[in-house]
Amino acid sequence: MSKYITARSKRYSYLIEKKAMLTILILLLVTLAIMSVSIGIGELYITPLEVIQSLTGMGNGINDVVIQEFRLPRILIAVIAGASLSLAGAILQGVIRNPLASPDMLGITSGAGFAAVTFITVFSNQSNNLTVSIGYLPVAAVTGAFIMGTVVYLLAWKRGISPVRLILIGVGLMAAAQALTTLMIVLGPIYAAPQATIWLTGSVYATNWKDVYSLLPWFLVLAPLLFTLTRKLNVQELGDDVAASLGHSVNKNRFILLLISTALAGSAVAFTGAIGFVGLIGPHIARRLVGSSFGALLPVSGFLGAIIVLLADLAGRTLFSPLEVPAGVFTAAIGAPYFIYLLSKNHG
Amino acid sequence: MSILQTESLTLSYGKKPVIQDLDLSIPKGEITVLIGSNGCGKSTLLRSMARLMAPETGAILLNGKNIAKRSTKEVAKELAILPQGPVAPEGLTVLQLVKQGRYPYQSWLKQWSAKDEEAVTRALKATNMLEFAERNVDSLSGGQRQRAWIAMTLAQGTETILLDEPTTYLDMTHQIEILDLLFELNSREKRTIVMVLHDLNLACRYAHHLVAIQNHSVAAQGCPEDIMNEKLVSDVFHMPCKIIEDPLFGTPMCIPYGKGRIAKNGLPTAQYA
Repeated sequence: MSKYITARSKRYSYLIEKKAMLTILILLLVTLAIMSVSIGIGELYITPLEVIQSLTGMGNGINDVVIQEFRLPRILIAVIAGASLSLAGAILQGVIRNPLASPDMLGITSGAGFAAVTFITVFSNQSNNLTVSIGYLPVAAVTGAFIMGTVVYLLAWKRGISPVRLILIGVGLMAAAQALTTLMIVLGPIYAAPQATIWLTGSVYATNWKDVYSLLPWFLVLAPLLFTLTRKLNVQELGDDVAASLGHSVNKNRFILLLISTALAGSAVAFTGAIGFVGLIGPHIARRLVGSSFGALLPVSGFLGAIIVLLADLAGRTLFSPLEVPAGVFTAAIGAPYFIYLLSKNHG
Repeated sequence: MSILQTESLTLSYGKKPVIQDLDLSIPKGEITVLIGSNGCGKSTLLRSMARLMAPETGAILLNGKNIAKRSTKEVAKELAILPQGPVAPEGLTVLQLVKQGRYPYQSWLKQWSAKDEEAVTRALKATNMLEFAERNVDSLSGGQRQRAWIAMTLAQGTETILLDEPTTYLDMTHQIEILDLLFELNSREKRTIVMVLHDLNLACRYAHHLVAIQNHSVAAQGCPEDIMNEKLVSDVFHMPCKIIEDPLFGTPMCIPYGKGRIAKNGLPTAQYA
């Protein structure tokens, strides 16, 4: 039996790997299963069956309120942000041709972090209330991410972009942004520090439908756009010379791909705070599962990112209950050792 | 007849000129080999002929048309280059790699046309890689890996193929295997092949047209039997040698002087030359 399905007509033609299709299907089901379990868990326990009933409009009043007003938006943010971060990492690992590349590593997350902390520090008053709407915080964070992305790109430009220069400058500016962020927290009013720290750790706590409606369009535009570019990612990953030889405009496409990556990571952390390591681990496990062809790698990375953040949030809500631990603590707890493992494997 | 030409071409890295004011013609349907000492600019010249490096001044003509003024995708249908020591991403299979050779013919809706499938299968067959199609590129031996990359360039379906040191890091068996493969491609399908080689003896055996690069320009070019002599090697490589006839192929063979052990019936003068 063949490992592939050839889908071909006059207007389109694709070679589809059966194993990859199956993996994507399984991950979709796993994601939905974790979502329905996670929606049910909390102060009021709701069984997965009741969750499904409520979501399909057959639930009871109390369950409906708890699920649809409080838990569903939080779960959806976790899914979208997780998928976005993981996709952003998958793009970077392909473009930079390094399995250690991630949105954290390129300074995008720290740029957003610095902007967010500055926002919190500048616009807080004595009684620790924001003097402007909290709705502007994501705007500040996205702006920070884009400014950082632009600066890294411009500094790395020297008759074209070399991946090595990109990552060195990214890491350098990341450290600088983190130092400035710390400075901002230290110099800023003491009452703003806890909120800033929670933002920097990353959490999906207290997200609402407004957040979902703000984040969702980014994902709905960027993810499909990205899937039209899988071919370019594939060829880009063969290296600049081979890609150029195949008639691929290396610098133009790398710019577009980096822009998409920045937008995905920036929009995600704008609503969740700087949840770390998702963009590193997600695509890396995906590569282990389905290899390095982006047609399969992207969807698998997306689902894995969603699953990681869902599980981190679930752990944060349940393990130390009634205390809530930010999801970012758990992604970092798994991510940091994983990073060291990758680092040692790459130099071994 | 020439398929690829350079017209008063000057190439440089920063301010340092590598190739200066060069007019070179690559004959169509033949194997051309570029030789020269390390850092003489032969790889740079090859890269510029494949538009991987922009000329300082001058132009590259492919089938009479300036390569820089054409769409890069159209050029990719006529000319392919295999750079030196390419590295495949982790976990990429041979089939996935060779498929990429079809990039210039595809769009995001059309990624596996009947023509693509045919070209990829033919490239895998020509390189004897069909049985390895599902293997990961990084799990292959050096020779197999190089064959997989050559298969990718073949799938590109171009009339002209450029290769930068395709035999580097390969043992002798695999070197001959790769060169035989390219020789066959040339004699069977009349594809024009231009490559950089370090081994002078193999260069003389496989090349129809030999180009020696030295001092930012061409020191000599032509049929190896006509141009290969002791003076040329001494000029280009700054190395004294003796040229004899290859006992198997009759092509020029270069025996370098230098130090070394002298066997019973060797010449005692060898080490002093």
